[in-house]
Amino acid sequence: MASDRSGPWRRAAEALMIPIGALAAAMVVFGIFMAALGQNPLEIYTLIYKGAFASAFSWQNTLSRAAPLVLTALCVALPAQAGLMVIGGEGAVVLGGLVAAIVGHLLSGGAAPAGVKAAMVVAGLAVGAAWIVLAGALRQYRGVNETISSLLLTYVAVALFNHFVEGPLRDPSSLNKPSTAPIGDVNMIGSLPGLDIHWGLGFGVVFCAAMHVLVRYTTYGFALRIVGGNPRAARLAGLPVARLVLTACALGGAAAGLAGAVEVAAVHGSANASLIAGYGYAGIVVAFIARQNPLAIVPVAVLVGGLSASGGMLQRRLDLPDATVLVLQGIAFMLILGSEALYGRLKPFRERAA
Amino acid sequence: MVELGWWGVPIGVLGGAIRVSTPFLFVSLGECITERSGRINLGLEGILVMGAMSGYAVSYTSGNPWLGVLAAGAAGLLLGLLHGLACNLPRVNDIAVGIGLMLFGTGLAFFLGKPYVQPKAPTLPGIPFGAWSDSPQIRAALQVNPLFLIGLALAVGLGWAFRNTRWGLVVRMVGDSSDAARAMGYAVPRVRTLATALGGFLAGVGGSFLSLYYPGSWSEGLSSGQGLMAVALVIFARWNPMQCFYAALLFGGAGALGPALQSVGVTSGYYLFNAAPYVVTLGIMIATCSPRRTLAGAPGELSINR
Repeated sequence: MASDRSGPWRRAAEALMIPIGALAAAMVVFGIFMAALGQNPLEIYTLIYKGAFASAFSWQNTLSRAAPLVLTALCVALPAQAGLMVIGGEGAVVLGGLVAAIVGHLLSGGAAPAGVKAAMVVAGLAVGAAWIVLAGALRQYRGVNETISSLLLTYVAVALFNHFVEGPLRDPSSLNKPSTAPIGDVNMIGSLPGLDIHWGLGFGVVFCAAMHVLVRYTTYGFALRIVGGNPRAARLAGLPVARLVLTACALGGAAAGLAGAVEVAAVHGSANASLIAGYGYAGIVVAFIARQNPLAIVPVAVLVGGLSASGGMLQRRLDLPDATVLVLQGIAFMLILGSEALYGRLKPFRERAA
Repeated sequence: MVELGWWGVPIGVLGGAIRVSTPFLFVSLGECITERSGRINLGLEGILVMGAMSGYAVSYTSGNPWLGVLAAGAAGLLLGLLHGLACNLPRVNDIAVGIGLMLFGTGLAFFLGKPYVQPKAPTLPGIPFGAWSDSPQIRAALQVNPLFLIGLALAVGLGWAFRNTRWGLVVRMVGDSSDAARAMGYAVPRVRTLATALGGFLAGVGGSFLSLYYPGSWSEGLSSGQGLMAVALVIFARWNPMQCFYAALLFGGAGALGPALQSVGVTSGYYLFNAAPYVVTLGIMIATCSPRRTLAGAPGELSINR
């Protein structure tokens, strides 16, 4: 019976050790690659560490980059609980940011700053949710594959964004970088108390924790996971499959829309092309490395954020292209995905024969 | 010298369709082979960028753009092989690996391609089918790249091969029912790996068109998602190579509508026209999908249909 009790621990250790092992393997592969190009891998790793985690400044850089990734990863992980593969978080980010900027500018004349901030956050949440629900509804009611439709919707969202930012909503004073009218400095969302990191990270961590509780410890989450595991069984059991799928999409989309709104309200101050930075796609990576687990998303996003934060350091010190960290990230992601095949196959983690 | 006036719009769209569609054509034909074997490769975007970079680099160093095209294909083949082998592992999700490959391919291309952003490599020549005309617009529109014609021949040949050759039949059977294929004694993973590698080859060639003909230089912003769109385009074309050709033309033409209208003075809604191909694809999918059955012509083993 003792082996039964150690089962969950064994699985947890497995879920921790396999990705870490894959990450270590990726570092070795990347090291060999860099060594073949005549670079010193150890020096590169030292610089990556310095650029990402060594000082207060690098932590701040890392965490600000991680903030949007936490939220866009939820846009993948929540629909995934219901068995949907949504890869269009970028569209929700872009439109959430655009609408938040519009709302922020419209209200900036009269309303109190706190009200403007709240309105921008709500706008981002609502627009993101609606955008991803669109993909979920197409799947639920028309049988359109949500992976493809969410991807198509992303391109539509980016086109809409460009149309409004470079056309009707362009601030005439934004000359070399077309932007919407500014929301005003008083309406910017500030930093977390005592830190130089904007509120996006706080929103992300709270969102992740709430979603973890929702998925793990509520009836709703249990029903959602049944739908994800076996939609037919869920239907036969009388679960409201459509409602479950659509709410999961709405929650995920709201997270991604919030990411866009926060980027506008805390970083850029208006909507411009900086918003189309691939946060949605990077979020897919984070969600898959975290194996769609909302709690694991936070550390993974910090890791990925740290990696991208260190790109500048490599560029400055070693004169390497800033894409160097993209290569490491790509190798790591491929190996971590490949390591999925190892679950249940490594001896130390196997259940002992009962 | 003839003034074309509003006729410039359809001429511009035609020329744009031929120019812009070629990468779409190659990428979608590659994806068509891969999907017919029952796999999805979302990583074609990364392969396309990698192909564009390696094609340009080899053309620059060797002085021969056609060697560049071959090198682009070879790079695509290797990345496709990587995708195929990774997806053979149990429990590994082909869509996720595709996104991984997209990041890896673009990252590697940006990394290795840094020295080639500045220099000017020899590009592919165009065939001037419009030489008879005095109008520069018509001449520009009918300047056709050989790769476009190769792509057309490939689409015809591939459609024929799927129907009439043992090879085509095996790929289709593996994609429709792996059980049947296994019962017939075919190695399902091997067929899929080869089909994915071949798809990668074609996507790499498509990428070389971007850097070696139109726009005709290598930069990090070269691809605008043609590789990702290929997946939608193949669905749009119902996994039929010849329809991939028409769909690629349609996508290219829709993409060329904005610039063509701009050239005659219609500038409003430029960006909205960019969304035209995606809206059309989405509209057709909405109109033809049904929650009760999978799409007609869809390979049965494809993960997005199950």
